[in-house]
Amino acid sequence: MNITLHEILIFSAALFFIGVYGFLTRRNMITMLMAVELMLNSVNINFIAFNKYLWNHQLDGVFFTLFIIAIAAAEAAVAIAIIIHVYRHFKSIDAEDAVELKN
Amino acid sequence: MTLTVFYLLSALSVFSGLMVVLSRKAVHSVLYLVFCFFTIAGHYLMLNAQFLAAVHVIVYAGAIMVLFLFVIMMLNLNLAAEAQKTPWIKISAVILSGLMLLVLVASVKGAEELSAAQPQNDIGLVKNIGNILFDKYLLPFELISLLLLSAMVGAVLMGRKEPQPQNE
Repeated sequence: MNITLHEILIFSAALFFIGVYGFLTRRNMITMLMAVELMLNSVNINFIAFNKYLWNHQLDGVFFTLFIIAIAAAEAAVAIAIIIHVYRHFKSIDAEDAVELKN
Repeated sequence: MTLTVFYLLSALSVFSGLMVVLSRKAVHSVLYLVFCFFTIAGHYLMLNAQFLAAVHVIVYAGAIMVLFLFVIMMLNLNLAAEAQKTPWIKISAVILSGLMLLVLVASVKGAEELSAAQPQNDIGLVKNIGNILFDKYLLPFELISLLLLSAMVGAVLMGRKEPQPQNE
């Protein structure tokens, strides 16, 4: 018995929507960022799976994933810098405390 | 055999992903996320992307998660219990993500079964990836280096202490 593409796609969809749920329900900015990383990783699994099952003689999906990992690293660095800045300003990293634009 | 390993890895990563989202303490979330990334690296190994599995462990589990841990310890987040969102937001988030998952799973289920291509187990090794990376993907590779440089400069600028405002 081999793994079918369907099972991998369903698994990565489950992981993606766990990330969506976390992004919507958490108020801690760092945990929200972690949920985003979870979503990025499920997309990476999709790329690799499609590369293996549909485009086996080439490596394009692998390179997409490689570049997504690099961009995720840059994104995490900038986001954490922003979070530290927000913490210095508001003395909290709760996303609902940063409401200066609201008024 | 492979199917068993696949199901085991999937169950472990879905469980640890859920724990990332559900656990109250930020440090626990980070540790569960590290575990989740290791299981995802196992998935990469099973999908013939050996190099990518190594890169994933090094970059995510090694670099990004350590950065998260440092920040959490620096900001001392475990002292105050995290405020929770209202139950209505949680319920609507469950409904939203559950429905979208349902739609996606249903559309995948309805699709016709694809026969797997010829297995080529050694295509994800470093030699093949290096050959193509420095040939076909040379320009994106260089652009990524520029992106990382600018992200580094931005992070340093943003994380710097603000100069004290002058009193008049």
